[in-house]
Amino acid sequence: MNRPKIQITDLSKRFGTLEVLRSVDMAARAGRVIAIVGPNGAGKTTLIKSVLGLTRPDAGSIMVDGVEVLGHDDYRARIGYMPQIARFPENLTGAELIAMLKDLRGQTAEQDVELISSFELGAALEQPLRVLSGGTRQKVNAAMAFLFSPQLLILDEPTAGLDPLASSILKDKILAERGAGKTVVVTSHIMNELEELADDVAFMLEGRAAFVGTLDELKRITNQITLERAVATMMSRGWIKAAA
Amino acid sequence: MNTIRKVLKYQARDAVRSRWLIAYAIFFALVTDGLLRFSGDPVKAQLSLVSVVLFVVPLVAIVFGTVYLYNAREFIELILAQPVNRAQTYAGLYVGLALPLALAFMLGIGVPFLLHGIDAAAWTTLIALLVAGVVLTFVFTAIATLIAVRCEDRLRGLGTAIAVWLLLTVVYDGLVLFVLAVMSDYPLEHATLAMMMANPIDIARVGLLLRFDNSAMMGYTGAVFLKFFGGTVGMAVTITALTVWVSAPIALGMRVFQRKDF
Repeated sequence: MNRPKIQITDLSKRFGTLEVLRSVDMAARAGRVIAIVGPNGAGKTTLIKSVLGLTRPDAGSIMVDGVEVLGHDDYRARIGYMPQIARFPENLTGAELIAMLKDLRGQTAEQDVELISSFELGAALEQPLRVLSGGTRQKVNAAMAFLFSPQLLILDEPTAGLDPLASSILKDKILAERGAGKTVVVTSHIMNELEELADDVAFMLEGRAAFVGTLDELKRITNQITLERAVATMMSRGWIKAAA
Repeated sequence: MNTIRKVLKYQARDAVRSRWLIAYAIFFALVTDGLLRFSGDPVKAQLSLVSVVLFVVPLVAIVFGTVYLYNAREFIELILAQPVNRAQTYAGLYVGLALPLALAFMLGIGVPFLLHGIDAAAWTTLIALLVAGVVLTFVFTAIATLIAVRCEDRLRGLGTAIAVWLLLTVVYDGLVLFVLAVMSDYPLEHATLAMMMANPIDIARVGLLLRFDNSAMMGYTGAVFLKFFGGTVGMAVTITALTVWVSAPIALGMRVFQRKDF
């Protein structure tokens, strides 16, 4: 088997007395889309932020492309991140924000402007971000994640706030990138959407990776035909286990 | 080093366009212009400005700084998700905030004086006033940055910011006066000096007032101050105290920032 794009081993994190991640083990296979699902507060965002170095785990290891990343910065040049909330400096324009990312990443290679043109962001990028609607800001947010053709994309609730057309464009883009060999990590609360996108699923519950495997496998072991049903089954089983 | 400059560039560009910052510059311009018109004497206008600067600059730097950084939380996350070093990012955020504030202050005070025209004597005191305001801006922006990264809760952070300002502006002087009144039978010149050094606003106040000729009005204590601040040792101590007031909050804030979970 190929080396996983991301390998997380025994990752733990607590905020005060709250154990957000409890020795999580999981891997994201290269060239595939992995969906991280689970109820609110299961640790999905903390897990993603740990991979990005935004949150500092208490214990464990995170390898990207086989190299430990905790305590390092440079590996982030290979990651495109789309945060959940698109709140940017009010007085900068989208174009300035993009220029900043380009500066910070020091990447001069040709940019992937496909989303900018398919979202028709041209004019909006010249305006201060404060005058843009929430949906348009989310489009800028998405376009920035894909801009540098990163080998690894981390998308936190990417379609939240997007209209159906924009959401379809974004999903097509995600699948196209996977087709080009990129690895995509995506969270969402909309199971139907993940069903369209995901090859693999990591199901998180109370800070643990309760299931990591392919979408088909998850459906098989839960005896369900949709991801939504399968996850619901996992959740109810998990809670029975936790109560016992 | 590179990251500092890059973060600073975009952060400052955003802050400079902030309506609050523009209002801040206009406020100083109006006050300065008004004082110049009413007094007709640039040095007298500057003397009146001393109190305004010592009161307003720390307040605006600490409140604007804290609020700005709380609003920039997602922006900071976006920066940190790039291949950047945290310590340099912190420095960039700090300077990117302090510079626009200092610039707004200098323009607000400086432009009216330039328009009205001033003589050589007034130049020295004007420069002293500008330096004091800029130093206070850097001190209180450093404290604001520390508060914003240290307190997770923005309401609590804002409360802390105002409390720090009140403490250093009002409460501290009250305490000093109280000590001086209670211990009035003892020679307290040196103790007073030490107490002054512990408060950046007091350092700025004494340093400024001694530049104006009326420091003779400050009596014997004024004479002790004049001797101290005029000398090399006094100058060195003052600069050291102010450097500590800028670098200590930065060093503390950077430590917190490096371990912080976003």
